[in-house]
Amino acid sequence: MATNTVQRSGHPGHPARWPLWATPVLVLALAYGLVPLVASDYVFDALLIPFLALSLAAVGLNLLTGYAGQLSLGSAAFMAVGVYAAYNFQLRVQGLPLLAAIALGGVAATLVGVVFGLPSLRLRGFYLAVSTLAAQFFVQWALTKFGWFSNDNPSGVIDAPPLAVAGVAFDTPAGRYLFALSVVAVLTALVWRVTRTPTGHHFIAVRDNELAARVIGVPVLRTKLLAFALSSFVIGVAGVLWGFVYLRTVEPAGFNLDRSFQILFIIIIGGLATLRGAFLGAALIVLFPLLLSRLGSLLLGQWFDSGVLELCQRIALGALIVGFLIAEPRGLAALWERLVARCCRRPAAAHGA
Amino acid sequence: MAQGFDFAFLAEVLIGGLLSGVMYSLVAIGFVLIYKTSGVLNFAQGAQLLFAALTFVSLVERGLPFALALGITFALMVALGLAIERTVLRPLVNQPPITLFMATLGLSYVIEGVAQLVWGTQVHSLELGVADEPIEFAGVLVSTFDLFAAGVAALMVIALSAFFRYTRVGLAFRAVADDTFAALAVGLRLPVIWATVWSAAGVIALVAGLLWGARLGVQFSLSLVVLKALPVLVLGGFDSILGAIVGGLLIGALEKLAEVYLGPYVGGGIESWFAYAAALLFLLVRPGGLFGQRLVERA
Repeated sequence: MATNTVQRSGHPGHPARWPLWATPVLVLALAYGLVPLVASDYVFDALLIPFLALSLAAVGLNLLTGYAGQLSLGSAAFMAVGVYAAYNFQLRVQGLPLLAAIALGGVAATLVGVVFGLPSLRLRGFYLAVSTLAAQFFVQWALTKFGWFSNDNPSGVIDAPPLAVAGVAFDTPAGRYLFALSVVAVLTALVWRVTRTPTGHHFIAVRDNELAARVIGVPVLRTKLLAFALSSFVIGVAGVLWGFVYLRTVEPAGFNLDRSFQILFIIIIGGLATLRGAFLGAALIVLFPLLLSRLGSLLLGQWFDSGVLELCQRIALGALIVGFLIAEPRGLAALWERLVARCCRRPAAAHGA
Repeated sequence: MAQGFDFAFLAEVLIGGLLSGVMYSLVAIGFVLIYKTSGVLNFAQGAQLLFAALTFVSLVERGLPFALALGITFALMVALGLAIERTVLRPLVNQPPITLFMATLGLSYVIEGVAQLVWGTQVHSLELGVADEPIEFAGVLVSTFDLFAAGVAALMVIALSAFFRYTRVGLAFRAVADDTFAALAVGLRLPVIWATVWSAAGVIALVAGLLWGARLGVQFSLSLVVLKALPVLVLGGFDSILGAIVGGLLIGALEKLAEVYLGPYVGGGIESWFAYAAALLFLLVRPGGLFGQRLVERA
């Protein structure tokens, strides 16, 4: 979708004739123009909408982990904060527009993210990663324990409000897809922009060598908190998409540790510190279980029941992670780049000569 | 609370907490062992624990005698440790610690999946021949099983400490932990040491798996014990066995006290996050942990 951010202009994968804006524009044109014409309701509901929500969450986590180098294991908690906050704003503030509720959900996730990002000022590496687990468990506990968050639903379940912006309803699968697509496109563009500002370069400096960053005058503490804030906002909005647009009915248990790991896996498989990787990784994570279940029932027939399928998915996912880390630590994004470079070898060579 | 504070009850809660803390320590020591020698935070420790307990209990249910089942499981855990070292760790040599951590995360998915695929997903109960009944010490009730578990864990800790201190292999471990390059330079063979450490961690997983399995029942949630050990590690430092022991005791005691005296005010169920909050608050004051190295890891 969006172009790689740490790309140098003379990269062999991008011959000079192919300008930077061309890929995203092309992808968006296809996504808005072609996809709604050819996709079925099933494809929208089961593939494209979860893909978009997970991609956005991965974009958010990538900002924190890929760019700023702070490993977080609590993404699902920030998603949960986003969707529950948006729900409550919508419920308790009369006449609040949907988009405002979504943005406020993101703001709530930002606040929680900054609070749980505070330990990053004193802790690094694994110590920090473990402390983000505190967010994961605390948020899930609070949402289940205090009925106020779910309008006193006994099991903490909330139902999404109708999707409508300025009187236009997005209630068909295609409509919900377009809604999610627009939110994802805008936020991804913003994140891409941030990675190209001095702030984005500060993130990378802090990741690569904190001491050196401090020496050259990067405000390390502020940069870390900013990374937590921006990342949590994006992940919070992704949570709103997950709850309001994809599932329509969510409970706190849906945002458990496995969901956090899933988003982490997306950015590992896709490639750290590339926005393109977040989308490629999310596509694989969404498609993979479906392919596996088709393949399994084809090869093994009756024996391949849902229990076996779930375990096989777990094994294959784990193996995929280990495999990627060993064979291509830079993920699908790097594979993609190599593929493009191979296809465009001739023009690239001409450009170099 | 009308006739003053019930100190016998406080003592009971405290002792129960300390004893379950010993079980946390046991899991945490498996982490420390691997972290010290190879710099990996082994998230798969919980999965190894599940694998060991599930294998053992399934073998016993198929009619194997206790000792034989234990022997086979022991051999399997060593083989698993060796396989992990060969297939995952060795290709990832010289990668940043975060990459290694994520690899063990993937590994834990594989091990959990395989264990349940082979042995099934139903809950097994595990009998170690130790009754779980309360006995009274000076007016304080203590569970015999907790005492037994604490005893086993203490033996494990003593054996490990002796091993590190008095054997040549233990000396090699400490050399690698101290300075990997210097250890390589004097001719220690790193792959051999790693293989040994991972096997040892497998054996710790076996002991911890049996104790925890007897307590909670052998099922998938057993692998979540790893989440109990992480705050212990944060508190004690990832590289200190002493820290793992003291941290485990502290977390165990604090958790039980908080659950009993604080829990009712916030609606209960706080044990899922309390240990993390306690460890975090402590770290804000002392970022190196209780006994960890002063330089907190460069990520």
